[in-house]
Amino acid sequence: MGEDTDATPTLNHHGFLPDHNYVTEADIISTVEFNHTGELLATGDKGGRVVIFQREPESKSDPFSQGEYNVYSTFQSHEPEFDYLKSLEIEEKINKIRWLPQQNAAHFLLSTNDKTIKLWKVSERDKRPEGYNLKDEEGRIKDISTVTSLQVPVLKPMDLMVEVSPRRVFANAHTYHINSISVNSDYETYMSADDLRINLWHLDITDRSFNIVDIKPANMEDLTEVITAAEFHPHHCNLFVYSSSKGTLRLCDMREAALCDKHSKLFEEPEDPCARSFFSEIISSVSDVKFSHSGRYLLTRDYLTAKVWDLNMESKPLETYQVHDYLRSKLCSLYENDCIFDKFECAWNGSDSVIMTGAYNNFFRMFDRNTKRDVTLEASRESSKPRAVLKPRRVCAAGGKRRKDDISVDSLDFTKKILHTAWHPNENIIAIAATNNLYIFQDKLNSEMH
Amino acid sequence: MEVSAEARRIMVVALGKLYSSRTQRGGLRLHRSLLLTLVMKSARDIYHAAQTTAESMEEEQQEQQHSEVEMAAEASGVQELQGPSASLPHLAADADAQSGTGKQENTCLSGPPHHTRKRRGKATAEPDFLPCKKAKMEYGTAQQLLVSSVLVDYANCSSELGPSPSAVPLPTVIAAC
Repeated sequence: MGEDTDATPTLNHHGFLPDHNYVTEADIISTVEFNHTGELLATGDKGGRVVIFQREPESKSDPFSQGEYNVYSTFQSHEPEFDYLKSLEIEEKINKIRWLPQQNAAHFLLSTNDKTIKLWKVSERDKRPEGYNLKDEEGRIKDISTVTSLQVPVLKPMDLMVEVSPRRVFANAHTYHINSISVNSDYETYMSADDLRINLWHLDITDRSFNIVDIKPANMEDLTEVITAAEFHPHHCNLFVYSSSKGTLRLCDMREAALCDKHSKLFEEPEDPCARSFFSEIISSVSDVKFSHSGRYLLTRDYLTAKVWDLNMESKPLETYQVHDYLRSKLCSLYENDCIFDKFECAWNGSDSVIMTGAYNNFFRMFDRNTKRDVTLEASRESSKPRAVLKPRRVCAAGGKRRKDDISVDSLDFTKKILHTAWHPNENIIAIAATNNLYIFQDKLNSEMH
Repeated sequence: MEVSAEARRIMVVALGKLYSSRTQRGGLRLHRSLLLTLVMKSARDIYHAAQTTAESMEEEQQEQQHSEVEMAAEASGVQELQGPSASLPHLAADADAQSGTGKQENTCLSGPPHHTRKRRGKATAEPDFLPCKKAKMEYGTAQQLLVSSVLVDYANCSSELGPSPSAVPLPTVIAAC
């Protein structure tokens, strides 16, 4: 299900018929994540599958095929389950994937659905032993009477095989739906967050976890906010941040107390009373939070904006970027068609100079923090011929002055939403999930970060 | 009134979404339910505020009309007619005032006489829970049934939908999860 604009497009095998607008729901991509070197890219989908892409090493013979991503492995991570006690079905949809830093030849990743987190080992096998004494080449047991001499099995090369096996299953720790997982910089622990609680796990221990945040009120009728995302600081293993549906961020220090209900810092922007509407609470809910690679800044996304916060300034964000402000007057219809509940993710580039987030109509936006320039691009088969340069798009107000190729607000397709995006940790390569298609764009001119 | 109609529409949509989320795969989504509850609460507050303003304006108008009619009746000089004609608008005004407050009460109470906590059969229950498909909704009654029946069914909250914003049983909607 991948499509790379810098190679011959690979077919989407999973039931997407280009002529009709039919998409198998199980193929809808629900998460995208590069590993720490950018060599591997993992996607999770609604059907509980994980597909890993690997970047081909650059080839001198064919300069155009350098650095393409091809399918490396596919496996079923989660299956649908049924909670008999509560009579609830547990969806197999993969909510998040996080890679562990590589420590040996194998790769490890964590994948989670609403209730269970799994640790997967991805390893390569390119040799196999041949010359067994008791078994023949096909594996059948030999007749002992035919064995006349002993031989030592030798390792012979074979076609590369990628094996994926579940190493740990972290289950039964969450009453509510898991929305985030984050690996600690100590590479030994990780956290998982649901609507009301955050748990700390050790990667080797599956039968218990420590609860470090609990915002469940004694009386559920007093509930006013939920946890929407959480992440560990990239360098300080004691710090983490979590965002809430009220639009606040809380930075917590695990050294201060075992239970981090009390925050070290609270990041909140006072609400503009003039902008108050029926939907103010919904649109201020933070859907994603990401630390910058430097660890100095936080990037948050709410329905209409993306904000950069300085860890040293709690009173207001450092920068606010309007992603699609033209939707502000359409909130009522977006509420009726459920789009107002969409949770967009956001991403930093490797040098923390550019931020990226998705929007509707398969548009995604990039904001350069230094030059203050922004661009809107589209991820679609029509506009993404191999090796084509993406053309910047523009959305104009209905009835406003229209240039050629502009699109009016009323013509936007709200079923085509880009919720999940990822940026290569070092290079200008981005992965965009558009419903059931994955687009990988590379900036050939500026392949290094600046 | 624009605001009032919009507020009611938003409430109706929120109720519909809350109801349908109960049958969604994967179970109740707490975040979504919370957001819907908050929207419904602010829409309801605005709706009630708009209603109170509208009704107090209506009452003022009634009194004005009443005094005008009285003056007209006196001016006519026919004593026999004066009594009844003076009293009629007065009665009418009273009746309006009563029905006005009565309507308000109906709006507020979940109406034990109208609706019990017992679940109705599916056939009868459906129109109450889902947004009304009729072009015009009966003023007050439909809203009362929608608001009250879904809430009562959803979270066993008590009938405390008072006019004052401080009475907030709506968060109980999500207590069920």
